[in-house]
Amino acid sequence: MVTLNHYLVLSAILFAIGTAGVFVRRNLITILLSIEIMLNAVNLTFVAFGRALGAAAGQIIVVFVMTVAAAEAAVGLAIVIALFRHRESLNPDSWTALKW
Amino acid sequence: MTPLLLAQIGLTLFVFVMLLNSAAVMVYVERKVAAFLQQRLGPYRVGWQGVLQPLADIVKLMFKEELRPKAADAFLFALAPIIAATCAFAAFAVVPFGAETTFGGWLPEGLRLQVADVNVAILVVFAVASMSVYGIVLAGWSSNSKYSLLGGLRSSAQMISYELSYGLALASVLIIANSLSLTDIVNRQAGTWLGFIPRWLLFLQPIGFLIYMTAGIAETNRAPFDFPEAEQELVAGYHTEYSSMSFAMFFLAEYVNMVTVSAVATDLFLGGWHGPFLPESLGWIWFLIKVAAILFFYVWMRWTLPRYRYDQLMRFGWKVLLPVAVINLLVTAAGVLYFGL
Amino acid sequence: MLFYVFAAVAIVASLLVIAQRNPIYSVLLLIASFGALSGLYVLLEAPFVAVIQIIVYAGAIMVLFLFVVMLLNAPHEETEYDERVHPLLRAGPMRFGAFLAAALAVELVWALTKGGESGAFPSGAISSVKTIGQLLFTDYAFAFEVTSVLILVAMVGAVVLARRETH
Repeated sequence: MVTLNHYLVLSAILFAIGTAGVFVRRNLITILLSIEIMLNAVNLTFVAFGRALGAAAGQIIVVFVMTVAAAEAAVGLAIVIALFRHRESLNPDSWTALKW
Repeated sequence: MTPLLLAQIGLTLFVFVMLLNSAAVMVYVERKVAAFLQQRLGPYRVGWQGVLQPLADIVKLMFKEELRPKAADAFLFALAPIIAATCAFAAFAVVPFGAETTFGGWLPEGLRLQVADVNVAILVVFAVASMSVYGIVLAGWSSNSKYSLLGGLRSSAQMISYELSYGLALASVLIIANSLSLTDIVNRQAGTWLGFIPRWLLFLQPIGFLIYMTAGIAETNRAPFDFPEAEQELVAGYHTEYSSMSFAMFFLAEYVNMVTVSAVATDLFLGGWHGPFLPESLGWIWFLIKVAAILFFYVWMRWTLPRYRYDQLMRFGWKVLLPVAVINLLVTAAGVLYFGL
Repeated sequence: MLFYVFAAVAIVASLLVIAQRNPIYSVLLLIASFGALSGLYVLLEAPFVAVIQIIVYAGAIMVLFLFVVMLLNAPHEETEYDERVHPLLRAGPMRFGAFLAAALAVELVWALTKGGESGAFPSGAISSVKTIGQLLFTDYAFAFEVTSVLILVAMVGAVVLARRETH
């Protein structure tokens, strides 16, 4: 019997994996990929709750989240390209100009 | 093992084998039609009138040596033709090609001639078409050669650009047909107006059909949109470094994609398996005739029209086809609202 | 049963995404994870979202990522840490980050399963594509229009940001 809690636990684990990716990885593109993992975990939560409460709003919000994720990925990758052109490195530790 | 389950499994195998055969038949048809268009004879020595030529080609390809460039990424190099071929076959899984049939009373209830009956069938076709971009991109990247990389990137950029117009043409059909299921759309086209004009969506959506076919030809990387794999330009583009069966799989994927695009066009615009004179259960004959007509059109296009240059191709896709598709969608929506279809 | 298969694929693929050094393999593994999630959406009786996930995420966004990785010829990450030690095993801030993520996972699981009902899925009416479409254009019409403006802004922004400086 797969209940709502199963889906919630799964999305919690995926969200934590995404967070770990953002902390641990030192490659800008992998950091963006980890953000996508987090967004997907949230999508799963929305759809699971939508199904449990019998509301279509879950799926609609997922459509919006996907759109926002697409826009954010596009702009994020454009920024990565611009940064790469400057310093030939994808390591976020290279840009420390704002550190005290 | 109920008869229905057996019939379903048999149907799946049948579709798979038929798609493989269709690719072989297309090889022969392409060479013969190209020959006749160019006023020569084409293959005529292997078997009667050359019908065993595809078999000879396949045997030749099987016996060639399987090469891999040393600097190529082995895993991705092997994965790319698999993705291309798998997505080509998977897209046909939701395409219905005949009415419900009980095989002469053997089955308790009708089995629709469709491998998987999904009620979002059109979107599944579109989704699998988006996935087939990866086969080409990975082939270009993993070969680690400049011709392959350029060909792969250009080809995938072309496919992504024309996916938009493809989707908008599908959306125009959806507005009229009010359903995402391909079976419903085909059944809506049964019958005739005035007794002799079939109720095809082609007559309600002529521009939509043209947009769909153009985008479909660009999606399958066929002439006149085959710049990325043109021999004169890019030394065969993304499949330069492939030989033997991997090469065969790319070609198989291309022909099966052509068949899928033709089959979906038949279902959406040409009335699927409905036609005069034949009973409903033999409708698949009409389906075959219509798909064959569109495939002939594909081959005819290739050997008649010159190839678009890459920047002309991209400009056409974004600046001409996309606005036309959007306007077509708007006009269709307005028409449905006004005429209450 | 299918749930466990898809869940296992999603978790393993996501773990490998953050563990792989080669960015191309990361992208491909994420596509596999998205495929598993799409299967989960089908199990949750949301076929529209499942197909949209494949079309938008696996078919478009990941292609964008793949293009960028290929165009930048993204190198394997160089850090001041010892190259031979795998990122997830390194000392210092990285291990702290991984520990924080594990703590987050535990907290989330605790918070989410603390809710009252056992949460079995009701066998009520499932929403069809038609319902979603109707709701999108009536109740959520404003958000829908704003999203289209957002996409336009993102398109213009991406083109401007990635443009080469021409003097």
